[in-house]
Amino acid sequence: MTNQRQIVGHSSPRKEGAAKVTGRAQYVDDLTLPGMWYGATVRSTIPRGRIVSITFDPAIPWHEFTIVSAADIPGENAIVHVTSDQPCLASGRVNHVAEPILLLAHPDRAALPAAVAAVNIAYEELPAVFTIEDSESQKEIIWGEDNTFKTFLLQKDRQPVPDKVWRSADCIVEGEYRTGAQEQLYIENNGVIAEYSTGEGITVRGSMQCPYYLVEALAHVFRLPAEKCRVIQTETGGAFGGKEDFPSVIGCHAALLAMKSGHPVKLCYDRAEDMAATTKRHPSRTRIRTAVSRDGKLLAGEIDFTIDGGAYVTLSPVVLSRGTIHAPGPYHWPHLTVRAKAVATNIPPHGAFRGFGAPQSIFAIERHMDKIAHTLGLAPEEVRRRNFLTTGDRTATGQLLSDSVDLDRLLTRALEESGYHTKRAQFAKENPGSAMKKGIGIASFFHGAGFTGSGERRLASVVTIELTAAGQPRILVSSTEFGQGTNTILCQIAAETLHLPYDDVLIAQPDTSVVPNSGPTVASRTAMVVGKLVERAALKLLSILMQSGDLPEDFTPEDFRRAATIYLGRHGELRSTVEYEPAASIFWDDERFSGDAYPAYAWAVYIAEVAVDTATYSAQVTDFYALQEVGRVLNPTLATGQIEGGIAQAIGYALYEKCIWQNGVLANNQMTNYIIPTSADVPLMHVSFEEVPCPHGPGGAKGIGELPMDGPAPAILNAIEQATGIAFNKIPLLPEDIYEQVERMTTAPAETAA
Amino acid sequence: MTIKLTINREESAIEAPPMKRLLDVLREDLHLTGTKEGCGEGECGACAVIVNGELVNSCLVPVLQAEGARITTIEGLAGEQRLHPIQQCFLEEGGAQCGICTPGMILAAHHLLQKNPRPTFVQIQEGLAGNLCRCTGYTRIFKAVQQAANLTPVP
Amino acid sequence: MRSNAAQYDLIAPGSLDAVLEVLASSTERYTPIAGGTELMVAFGAGHLQPRKLISLWGLEELRFIDVTSDAVVIGASSTFTDIRRDAVIVNEFPLLARAASWTGSIANQNRATIGGNIVNASPAADSPPALLVYNAAVTLVSARGERTMPYREFHLSYKKTALAPDELLYSITLLRNVGGYKQYIRKVGTRNAQAISKTALAAVARVNKNIIEDIRIAAASLREVPTRLPAAEQALLNKPVSTETIAQARAALIAEAKPIDDIRSTASYRANVAANLLEEFLRTL
Repeated sequence: MTNQRQIVGHSSPRKEGAAKVTGRAQYVDDLTLPGMWYGATVRSTIPRGRIVSITFDPAIPWHEFTIVSAADIPGENAIVHVTSDQPCLASGRVNHVAEPILLLAHPDRAALPAAVAAVNIAYEELPAVFTIEDSESQKEIIWGEDNTFKTFLLQKDRQPVPDKVWRSADCIVEGEYRTGAQEQLYIENNGVIAEYSTGEGITVRGSMQCPYYLVEALAHVFRLPAEKCRVIQTETGGAFGGKEDFPSVIGCHAALLAMKSGHPVKLCYDRAEDMAATTKRHPSRTRIRTAVSRDGKLLAGEIDFTIDGGAYVTLSPVVLSRGTIHAPGPYHWPHLTVRAKAVATNIPPHGAFRGFGAPQSIFAIERHMDKIAHTLGLAPEEVRRRNFLTTGDRTATGQLLSDSVDLDRLLTRALEESGYHTKRAQFAKENPGSAMKKGIGIASFFHGAGFTGSGERRLASVVTIELTAAGQPRILVSSTEFGQGTNTILCQIAAETLHLPYDDVLIAQPDTSVVPNSGPTVASRTAMVVGKLVERAALKLLSILMQSGDLPEDFTPEDFRRAATIYLGRHGELRSTVEYEPAASIFWDDERFSGDAYPAYAWAVYIAEVAVDTATYSAQVTDFYALQEVGRVLNPTLATGQIEGGIAQAIGYALYEKCIWQNGVLANNQMTNYIIPTSADVPLMHVSFEEVPCPHGPGGAKGIGELPMDGPAPAILNAIEQATGIAFNKIPLLPEDIYEQVERMTTAPAETAA
Repeated sequence: MTIKLTINREESAIEAPPMKRLLDVLREDLHLTGTKEGCGEGECGACAVIVNGELVNSCLVPVLQAEGARITTIEGLAGEQRLHPIQQCFLEEGGAQCGICTPGMILAAHHLLQKNPRPTFVQIQEGLAGNLCRCTGYTRIFKAVQQAANLTPVP
Repeated sequence: MRSNAAQYDLIAPGSLDAVLEVLASSTERYTPIAGGTELMVAFGAGHLQPRKLISLWGLEELRFIDVTSDAVVIGASSTFTDIRRDAVIVNEFPLLARAASWTGSIANQNRATIGGNIVNASPAADSPPALLVYNAAVTLVSARGERTMPYREFHLSYKKTALAPDELLYSITLLRNVGGYKQYIRKVGTRNAQAISKTALAAVARVNKNIIEDIRIAAASLREVPTRLPAAEQALLNKPVSTETIAQARAALIAEAKPIDDIRSTASYRANVAANLLEEFLRTL
């Protein structure tokens, strides 16, 4: 075949990179349409209650405005993900602060804030619930019969843990671990521009991850067929899950305004509104009880995993599912029961954020493994080694790990490269005499790529590669670029498969009138699932051209162009379309929560070094080693960038980012008071990859987008435990929390740590 | 009122209320949308531009105070045929992921290298600390700036 | 962006005298705006109450750093970058240069003025603790003339200063008399850069044969105004640096501090960390 430089595995330059570095990339707020108006949202100021009256201050010239309420909704007043409980616009009842009630539009953007402030809403307040504990207590029922959105029961081998295991164990170790909400804080806020025409239907452009999700939402709210709901993703300035389900809300809102005003309407949030009103990472509480042997083997476990879903169901069942499956960690459990539930509170609904339940449950198990180690007097790495899953083992859901898994070797390599043992000993020696206490900690973990179980089968993703009029291949997918490198890797895969230069391959802007549904851009599925489909579509295209007789077996790019042009001349178009083919071997039982949870897993060991300043009680990550086995590295620069970015976000999750709600109102909805790491706060990061090719992905690739979010937080708190001698089990861990604990221990030294 | 500015070496006269934010004047009146709004409070640096040789957050500048100023936006950095070395290095080193922080970040890097052509790693960290990035974890950005510094001859 | 720019007026008279004239005699109330790094945040958030503003930006009469043999006089419109770049300030008043280096970001330092920082009067402001331990004097100016007062008397209560409605802060004077003093400043923020202060401590001390002959300590976010810490100073003045005096000074600081709980931090943390910073300084003496 044609000899050419390898493209997959090479750091091909970002496809849309030149536009980004020159400021030419067009994000939604950069766009203006002729006759465009602007929208704004009137929101609930109370966490729960009934709307009693809505009055409009006569000081505003309301005749200039379009006003939309729930009554204007042509279809169903619901944003449906899993259930229909979330209204598109509240009418009658509100269940969280910032719940949308009315929409306004006006030709002058500057006129809107005063108008929003001039809508007076009177409520009859009802008692609200803000914590997992309050929700569980069911003193106040705020959702359904029992405030519970969803429950799962995972039992290894579908059996409860036998009593005798608890009774005969050498040791029982128990712990409770908590994680807080986290704001995605993409630097580009949510925004869309909508157009409505009675003949053509709706067009929405905007910042989003999943154009087809918005198509469905629009079809539902407007009672229109999907073909009349066109969605176009504009260049998106960060997403991280925060633009997975939320665009369904803002997109329907803008479309309603466009419908009623007769104008295109731009609805772009500012930072304060975006932070107050959109989804966050689910807070969690995990209680773990383990029976262990004296030499550190896990004998049995019971894990109680609870997440706070906010006011409406939205994606909570799916987050819960992933959290549940990852709760056991990368370990072998002879017996295990995981009881999981998602509960309701009167906070804006929580949603997707990179990791999607796994960072929460992995935080718990990785802290717990260290607790087991300390309780038994064993080294943390030893306890992990003695329990690692390996090739041929079955996971807690009963999935056979037929691909090679060697966490033992990964751990050894990570310990060596980070100088773990030397540093651990050195810190132990130096800490007593030092004002800066240092520590080094480990996390070992995994992350399933793709949708859970039969999810990919249900998605039935479709990919097309077509030839442009000039004979260039153009990829048509609904998979979106938002920094992770979708455009680049898919073009690399196609280029290599087609034996063409990377620069010759195009990828279309995701426009649902042009591209098929290749599924949402979530769940670390794009490289593996969609990438594989791109590879197949490219092979199919090649075979079509080959069969036409105009493409020689050994062809140059010029030959390809010539053959393509001839084919187009003869047939008018060439579209190579493929659909996802589930591997027959994948089997998942949703009811029993057992079977093959994911087609593939990435495996990782992360090591964090911290320094805790005893004057200020602030902990800083000073060095970081991230080693992961990912199947195949499609683009080293992009892959490394993904890991580094995920580490920084997870450092924020562990040490800096706290959502402070006061009576359901987000008090710190500004960048000044919601603290993410700056360039001066990140450690040196040492990222390395190993590759055990997986049959499901192109070139063997698995997913990596979410993996780096899972490991840093527990590794950091494990390190802080070495540094301070205190076991902290709640994140975000702020200096004030460290101070409070140190204070408590100094005044009552006999107490054990919280 | 009429306010005269020189943007990317071109003189402009715009009509705007004196308190209109320079950011909005650039984006709306001059259609230079490369400068972005990320927070509106001077924290994220996505709106950074160079005014009379100094990096400023344009969301905090009333346009009247920019009267007569020489302003460089991201659009003014690349030459006719070629990218500015900083832009080229961002491309090569993976300094841009989603790209929304990139214009401000590149201008901050440009400003840093103008003041300090051979910055240490710590000086790069400090020089960029006013520009928040949520995608990269900054590491590739540091590499890009180090590369750009190596490429630029010291005058 | 929650304000309508068309509803605001901003005037920029070309000279200090013209500005003072407006402040003195205009029937409308004009609020001075210098670099805007504070007021424009409120403007963007829709919270800027004053609709009429008068610009101090570009008035060269307010933006200067004059060095004489015994004093440094800093014009109120000097930016934090101006301060960081001044060799005399960097060498002789390093606490102020350092405070300037951690005020916001470089982009903000290029616009934020020391006058604005002082007059905005946040108890968390970065430059006041340094100015307090340097015994700064402030000169206020109006159409009626000028007056000078110790900076220590400038903050009256929470966000209320001694400025009369027609007055501007003109300059800050530092006497070049801290040679031979040990100096310390540290800010505790929410992260390493671009952080609002949870607390900050500045101190200068002259020690002779282990006896503290002079000591001045000031803090941010321990009271409703930037403040000296006289009780802590008294616990140390004319005393040796010892474990006892350190403990006494800590206790005095904690007793005189009245910090608050807010979304950034807690009162207990602030007071105790400030005491730790004081101890950190004392141990270098």
